Amino acid sequence: MGRANFENELKQLHSEIIEMGSFVETAIDDSIKAFKGNDMELCKTIIENDKNVDEMEKKIESKCLWLIAREQPIASDLRKITTALKIITDMERIGDHAVDIAELTMRIADKNTFADSIHILQMATAAIEMVRNAVTAYVNYDLALAKSTEEKDDEVDEYFILIKQELVEIFKSQPQNMDNAIDFLLIAKYLERIADHAVNICEWVHFSQTGKHKNTLIF
Amino acid sequence: MSEIKIYTKNLDLYYGEVQALKSVSMDILENNVTALIGPSGCGKSTYLKTLNRMNDTIARVKITGDVFLDGEDVYGKSVDVTILRKKVGMVFQSPNPFPMSIYDNIAYGPRMHGVKKRIVLDEIVEKSLKDAAIWGEVKDRLKKPALSLSGGQQQRLCIARALATQPEVLLMDEPTSALDPISTTKIEELVSELKKKYSIVIVTHNMQQAARISDYTAFFLLGELIENNKTEIIFSSPKDTRTEDYITGRFG
Repeated sequence: MGRANFENELKQLHSEIIEMGSFVETAIDDSIKAFKGNDMELCKTIIENDKNVDEMEKKIESKCLWLIAREQPIASDLRKITTALKIITDMERIGDHAVDIAELTMRIADKNTFADSIHILQMATAAIEMVRNAVTAYVNYDLALAKSTEEKDDEVDEYFILIKQELVEIFKSQPQNMDNAIDFLLIAKYLERIADHAVNICEWVHFSQTGKHKNTLIF
Repeated sequence: MSEIKIYTKNLDLYYGEVQALKSVSMDILENNVTALIGPSGCGKSTYLKTLNRMNDTIARVKITGDVFLDGEDVYGKSVDVTILRKKVGMVFQSPNPFPMSIYDNIAYGPRMHGVKKRIVLDEIVEKSLKDAAIWGEVKDRLKKPALSLSGGQQQRLCIARALATQPEVLLMDEPTSALDPISTTKIEELVSELKKKYSIVIVTHNMQQAARISDYTAFFLLGELIENNKTEIIFSSPKDTRTEDYITGRFG
């Protein structure tokens, strides 16, 4: 394959990852909408659509492996393809967590009594913003945005601790709702993991431009 | 840290009016493989041939600057070029065995340098063929013509021939470009083994080969040395964009 064709393939790879990023952003957005609005139909849609995310991951993975086999890329080309392979895993996991939240929302259903008394919606807003910014950082190879997004993870972690504390109080005062409260804790945990995956994406964006991952030069 | 085996300093070379090398300063380290890469006509083979004065055979070549081997000026007035080329052996792109037997190909160099005793020549031939990883394939037919060997075997024979004069440095000018993949692999494995005893400089157009077998890589462009560094750095994070553009195939 000539260089021109390889460049086209790399551009196409970039586009496919952007598309996958957009899909998982929508998935996580919808999962919080469904949670807020107790929307069971939207939950089912999220669960159903997750297979599209899985297929995208496989397609991009296959493309990356073929590019490596055919082109034997090095230097910045290899960093781009490696980054693609790494971040699609994080994106696919974000998609899975959107499904997890949808399934928990369906389980909680009309017993959704704590949403207003704990900081879960604020945490969700912060986590979604991180995912959005991580994908944007990848699209534009924006290292400054990647860095600021990574720093935002502390805020999400603090929300998680706060929500845990709030739920402990609920456990104490409303033991009959403990089962429900645990589901809320799980949702908070998935949001925290979503934020961690957004951080992972940012770290690989950094690698794609500098060869450094978590401040260590690896390629 | 390896010692410097050869260094060049501000090396200029002209073919008549045409400047083929421009102020090339570079160290070649002992017991390392240094790969020279760059597009056709960039000066890498010319540079290689300055190290054992093969360019002396070309009319209208003018060289200025320093080329030092083990601290001695390779172009010094008192240098015996024959001794130099014994010390700095060369293997070329196309295998070029002499039209004589396998044995005589290997024995040729030592005989030229005064070795006459049969038993000594036998030892040299065996050792050289073993070092070139071809002894097992030819030991029972040393009297057969070298030209009866396959291309890959001929190239290993040529390496053995270079080793027979007990060089310290091996210069290899695209040694595998005319060979099939299996022969190429055998030569690459041999190079990795030989560097334990010799300092090797290899010109190659194959980026993956340079990445596989070399410790240092020097990128040449239009007669200039653009970048010289550890191979792992050249092929992951080269400092010069021209190096990155070349190794990724954007030009060349």
